[in-house]
Amino acid sequence: MTEMAYGALPKREGDPILPRWWRTIDKWSVSCVLILFGIGLLLGLAASPPLAERNGLNPFYYVQRQAFFGGVALVAMFITTMMGPNLVRRLGVLGFGVAFVALAFLPFFGTDFGKGAVRWYSLGFGSVQPSEFLKPGFIIVAAWLMAASQEINGPPGKSMSLALAAIVVIFLALQPDFGQSALILFGWGVMYFLAGAPFVLLIAIAAIVVMGGMFAYNNSEHFARRIDGFLNPEIDPTTQLGYASNAIREGGFFGVGVGEGQVKWSLPDAHTDFIIAVAAEEYGLVLVLTIIALYTIIVVRSFIRLIAERDPFIRLAGTGLAAIFGVQALINMGVAVRLLPAKGMTLPFVSYGGSSLIAGGIAIGMLLSLTRTRPQGSIGDILARRGGRQ
Amino acid sequence: MTRIPLRPLARILEARSKGENPDRIERDNLRHRHEEMRGRSRLRAEGRLVVLAGLFLCAFIVVGVRMGVLSQSEPRETQGAASGVSIATARAEIVDRNGRILATNMATHALYAQPPMMVDHEVAARELVKIFPDMDEEKLLAQFGGERKFLWLRRKISPEQQQLVHDIGEPGLLFGPRDMRLYPNGNLAAHILGGAGFGREGVSAAEVVGVAGVEKRFDDWLGDPENSGQALQLSLDLTVQAAVEQVLAGGMGIMSAKGAAAVLMDVYTGEVISLASLPDFDPNNRPRPLTQGDAADSPLFNRAVQGLYELGSTFKIFAAAQAIELGLVNQGTMINTRGPITSGGFRINDFHDYGPELSVTDVIVESSNVGIARIAIQIGAERQQEFLASLGLLTATPLELIEAPGARPLKPRRWQELSTMTVSYGHGLSTSPLHLAAAYASLLNGGTLVTPTIIRQEGVARGARVISSEVSAQARDMLRQVVVRGTASFGDVQGYQVGGKTGSADKPKETGGGYYDDKVIATFASVFPANDPRYVLVVMLDEPEIFASGELRRTAGWTAVPVAAEIIRRAAPLLGLKPEIASQGASGVTLTSN
Repeated sequence: MTEMAYGALPKREGDPILPRWWRTIDKWSVSCVLILFGIGLLLGLAASPPLAERNGLNPFYYVQRQAFFGGVALVAMFITTMMGPNLVRRLGVLGFGVAFVALAFLPFFGTDFGKGAVRWYSLGFGSVQPSEFLKPGFIIVAAWLMAASQEINGPPGKSMSLALAAIVVIFLALQPDFGQSALILFGWGVMYFLAGAPFVLLIAIAAIVVMGGMFAYNNSEHFARRIDGFLNPEIDPTTQLGYASNAIREGGFFGVGVGEGQVKWSLPDAHTDFIIAVAAEEYGLVLVLTIIALYTIIVVRSFIRLIAERDPFIRLAGTGLAAIFGVQALINMGVAVRLLPAKGMTLPFVSYGGSSLIAGGIAIGMLLSLTRTRPQGSIGDILARRGGRQ
Repeated sequence: MTRIPLRPLARILEARSKGENPDRIERDNLRHRHEEMRGRSRLRAEGRLVVLAGLFLCAFIVVGVRMGVLSQSEPRETQGAASGVSIATARAEIVDRNGRILATNMATHALYAQPPMMVDHEVAARELVKIFPDMDEEKLLAQFGGERKFLWLRRKISPEQQQLVHDIGEPGLLFGPRDMRLYPNGNLAAHILGGAGFGREGVSAAEVVGVAGVEKRFDDWLGDPENSGQALQLSLDLTVQAAVEQVLAGGMGIMSAKGAAAVLMDVYTGEVISLASLPDFDPNNRPRPLTQGDAADSPLFNRAVQGLYELGSTFKIFAAAQAIELGLVNQGTMINTRGPITSGGFRINDFHDYGPELSVTDVIVESSNVGIARIAIQIGAERQQEFLASLGLLTATPLELIEAPGARPLKPRRWQELSTMTVSYGHGLSTSPLHLAAAYASLLNGGTLVTPTIIRQEGVARGARVISSEVSAQARDMLRQVVVRGTASFGDVQGYQVGGKTGSADKPKETGGGYYDDKVIATFASVFPANDPRYVLVVMLDEPEIFASGELRRTAGWTAVPVAAEIIRRAAPLLGLKPEIASQGASGVTLTSN
């Protein structure tokens, strides 16, 4: 009874792994992820040849790499989805440890590829960005700590996870990589909200953020200029943002046609941060809305499936993973349509990038594994009139 | 909710008495409490998860809607053009009062390069320099080879140049259509038209916006797509404008003047028939504004509208007319002209000594500063200001040029007796030649206010009365006398009864403090025909000098007046004025009747 209620799978002797996997996985989300991956390859075909040409490589060099890393990512994803929650937690914590050590040693062994921020380890054939792997690991560890704090006589998990978040953010900010720091903080915030943050505290935090923003606006000229630039409806058409909004306008409803787009020639980040602009220009609003719908389905379905979840760890970890996945997509697209101030962030599964793809695969694998259907013991609840349900 | 103690004493004691392990009760209660806590947190989490899902859904919808809105809006910089371009291209034309074109549009192309699409940078650069010799081959090569993905090479090119660029055969050199503003008459009426440049600019279209003059003043109207195909009709007469500019330029050359201005105005409607300022410029190729020095030295400066000058004795007629209107004097009243008058350490004297006294008419005819100053004292500062204000001499003119509202007359700081006297002969108050023309028109057309305008008017709308028609007629008579027997004797044009007043004002030093004694502003403000007024002409020369009759002369009678007379001689027939031909006695034809 207890076993069933707390989520460990009831062992059915002889139940083969794959059929059970197929029965319990969220097939909608898996399909969406696969479609997104396909779209990513398609857009890579459009967006990356200019970059390859600039670097003197064969035009589809980056597409081939994307396909290779995508394959690796999909394998990693499927393996992860087959794990049980306990295994996910153990590997997640271990992964976090490894990624954190890698992050900490970045200043000594890392490279900045001439981009001004030391974020990568160069491995000859490719590079690894530890912060991408750190994100899902952090979510798992924080969820574990918060869930533990909900045990009787448990550790003060919420404070511990906050301290951990602060340490990670400091390391990320040193690179500097404010985008990832913001994601980590956001993920922690969502989990803390779910774990029962008091509303007074939430309101206080919101007030502090607003006041801090106003303080920064009034006292930092750099910050004020960025916000003014964002609020100004006139946009300099020669900036990245200008090219991006222009490309979206250019595309109209059905786009200018495959391969006809121009924005990829003008935007250095067309294959990563502004891939949505390439999509909008060549394939039009139709594809963009499709992409948005895919992300929405994955995120919202995950939340809905997690509503029924009884295990605090699974609930917290799943929500955190879905939230950072969703918010990363939101920020990327929000920047391109000027809903948000400029901030470089990749579009999960669609943007080019090995680390981002594989880490994304692992993170989505964890999410899918956590949202698998499990017996939740609700009948037992009803019978025992527990949990305040009358 | 009642909180059950973990170790309720009663049950523990009971268990002990039965020999059971009391710890089991504690564990049991602990488990219950744990389950309760989890249940609570689960319910709370359920609610919050719904909130989160809702928030994310909303956020995605917002991004989607925003994408939709953005994708349906018009592109700023058209590159592949899937959606239409709607930068207004057909700017309305500008025509003169007879419908002759002053400003129109011409389809040309802009030339740009997209280096990533270019095949051979070196050939392209070399051939471009052959077509456009002012381009620099090295610089072009550097730009083609650099980071730029897009660069403008020429804003406007002619069809011939476009063909030559086509002939290079370079796919990376591209053309964007451009509607160009064209002023087919070149320099003619440059200051009125102003000029136009490109505003918002995309690859396949650019918005033409006015940068000065009428083009800027009526920018909204001209650029409004609703008005394309229509034309803005000015009051200007192209042929008269050409004659005025030509004569003025000739006069300016002969008199070695630094600049010149002329305003020809319809005396009843206030329509500006011609307005010229020299030196001028070509609005098709507007020079850059001066970045240092005096803006008034730039050819862009409109002396007739923007220039504020002390216009000297031309102002005397205002004091004389006002004094007659007020009944203080009449044309024959004798005025003491014995000089000098001293007031506040300032001496007012005359050019010549005109004897002990002159009649009011002769004060004007001989241009006696002392005489008019004595008349002005009788009028007083307050009434003088009121009268000048009613003629529009103390405020900016309402002329429809973007420059006009900025030309506010410079008034004396303290308008007391001394200022009253100096203003009566045109010192201490600086106005533009246009101000003077409008005030003369109001004073001489029978005494009703005219509002200067550059837009063609239908019919006459009489303004408020500024002076009685009798006094207006007397003023015209006095001005006619000036030409017949006074300082403006060179101004008599056979058959057109010119009346007018000269003004030669020493130029104030730019540094402040005193006047130059060898630089004057020579002005002639005239009306013709004096007996039936139709037009007012103001001619102003800046620092004229001419060697005539054995001495170097700067006064208006020798400089501005002959130029004005020549303008009238040329323009009056163009304006359709019939000359009065004095009867030649017995004509060659004898009428007979039987």
